[in-house]
Amino acid sequence: MPADFISSLFVFILAAFLGIELIKRVSPLLHTPLMSLTNALDAIVVVAAIIIAGRHESRFSTILGLVAVAASFSNMVGGFVITDRMLHMFKTAKAKKP
Amino acid sequence: MNPASLQQLIDFSYIAAVIGFILALKWLNSPVSAMRGVLIGEIASAVAVVATLFDPQVTHYKWIIVALIIGAGVGVPLGMVKMTAVPQRTALSHAFGAMSAALIGVAEYFVGTPHISKFQMGEIGLEVVIGSLTFTGSIIAAGKLQEILPQRPITYRGQNIVSLSTLGVAVALIGILVFHPGYTHLFEAMVFVALIFGIMLVTPIGGADMPTVISLLNSYAGFSAALLGFVLNSKVLVVAGALDGASGFILSVIMCKAMNRSFTNVLFGAFGQVQVSTAKGTEERTVRSASAEDAAGILGSANKVIIAPGYGMAVAQAQHKVRELFDALTKRGVDVKFAIHPVAGRMPGHMNVLLAEADIPYDKLVEMDEINGDFPQTDVALIIGANDVTNPAAREDKGSPIYGMPILDVDKARTVMVIKRSMATGFAGIDNPLYYMDKTLMLFGDAKNFVGSIVRELSGGHG
Repeated sequence: MPADFISSLFVFILAAFLGIELIKRVSPLLHTPLMSLTNALDAIVVVAAIIIAGRHESRFSTILGLVAVAASFSNMVGGFVITDRMLHMFKTAKAKKP
Repeated sequence: MNPASLQQLIDFSYIAAVIGFILALKWLNSPVSAMRGVLIGEIASAVAVVATLFDPQVTHYKWIIVALIIGAGVGVPLGMVKMTAVPQRTALSHAFGAMSAALIGVAEYFVGTPHISKFQMGEIGLEVVIGSLTFTGSIIAAGKLQEILPQRPITYRGQNIVSLSTLGVAVALIGILVFHPGYTHLFEAMVFVALIFGIMLVTPIGGADMPTVISLLNSYAGFSAALLGFVLNSKVLVVAGALDGASGFILSVIMCKAMNRSFTNVLFGAFGQVQVSTAKGTEERTVRSASAEDAAGILGSANKVIIAPGYGMAVAQAQHKVRELFDALTKRGVDVKFAIHPVAGRMPGHMNVLLAEADIPYDKLVEMDEINGDFPQTDVALIIGANDVTNPAAREDKGSPIYGMPILDVDKARTVMVIKRSMATGFAGIDNPLYYMDKTLMLFGDAKNFVGSIVRELSGGHG
């Protein structure tokens, strides 16, 4: 088994358990923003897409990479925009009164 | 800067991004710090993207910039959708995310083949299969939520066998490819089969199960990104994917618990199929109906009111009228709270967002477990557009298909009012004994108009 795999597995296990502990603490009130935020964070796939497209190894891989850049970047932008909009709506009674 | 230290700088920026991601989720634990969480998430993502553009492997910029502009051009409108459309937007973003991961896996395969190690081939195969099935599955889910596709589960005899065999074929193809990575046609077949399986996975699920499905797809999309991190040896992808996957997984578990169902039950047994007990016993029972004037009188003189909204409220676009009702009652000194069932909307937490959008303060939105103890001391429980989640049969009738599902104990309030268009059943297709109780008043009509009439009555009586 390659060493890269083992180190990735270490990171994965730690991150998954950390994720479970963090998400358990998220208020159920915010479960929809949670999902749109994790969507935006997951869109970090764009960095891999940029590398694939930028390496320019073949026309085919470049095109796939570019499509992936556009799709994942739209997730990143859209995810943050909508999370931001939703969180702006959550106000307490006191904060709401002008 | 020499290439080695540039690479180090890029790696450090990824580490910084990972710290940002973790803090973003940590700060989402309360609405007060959540905005800060989004900001740090945005900064972290921007740092990672900018750093990647300096990666020496990236030699061609023009088209990447074009793709980024297109992405932003698509992303912004998708971020501006109405709050009722957030579930389908989310499903669509799962589709985009999974598609990106799958496409990168496919590109890696075709660049590397036939010089791909067995191990790497297994990783790529698994990654591309999960990404592809999540892509089509999410598209189907989005179509159902957008009501382009029928929302009722579509089932046929022997469906589970056909679906599982399809998945089996995809797995078998990965197996063959591990030993013969050069068979590109098999790779293409594997992608195709996985795409088909995604469709098969989601079409039989529908109706009330959508919140679970959307959470599961969230989880798959996350894990496909994490697997891509394994393929490319990119730790930032492994971390982000694991966090996203864990989040989707936990939400799926919460949704399943809220419906008293298991994963296998959601995936392999379509709901809404069990409609046996609908006919009997309903014919001779009578319901009491009331007018908006009566309802306004009772609500106006109550001390404590709990409103239990369901997705029907959003369908009728009654949120803003409900806010007016909330304001009118609060002005009279009535204590008004909202009881939120975990599956009240079409995705986890959806109902909270819909009510927050209507400017209802979030400290009045109370989760099921917290509010259920309050119902016996409540004068009026007002149910708007919810049905199955208020059905006492889930608590009492062992023969009911929804027996064991946690519900809002609205029947324990002194008076129960139900705004409902007709006596039609909910998603589960079963009758609700709540409507026949002596203390229940049925308010027949469109939720928006009816609540509007109550508000008019209340303000008319006031001044």
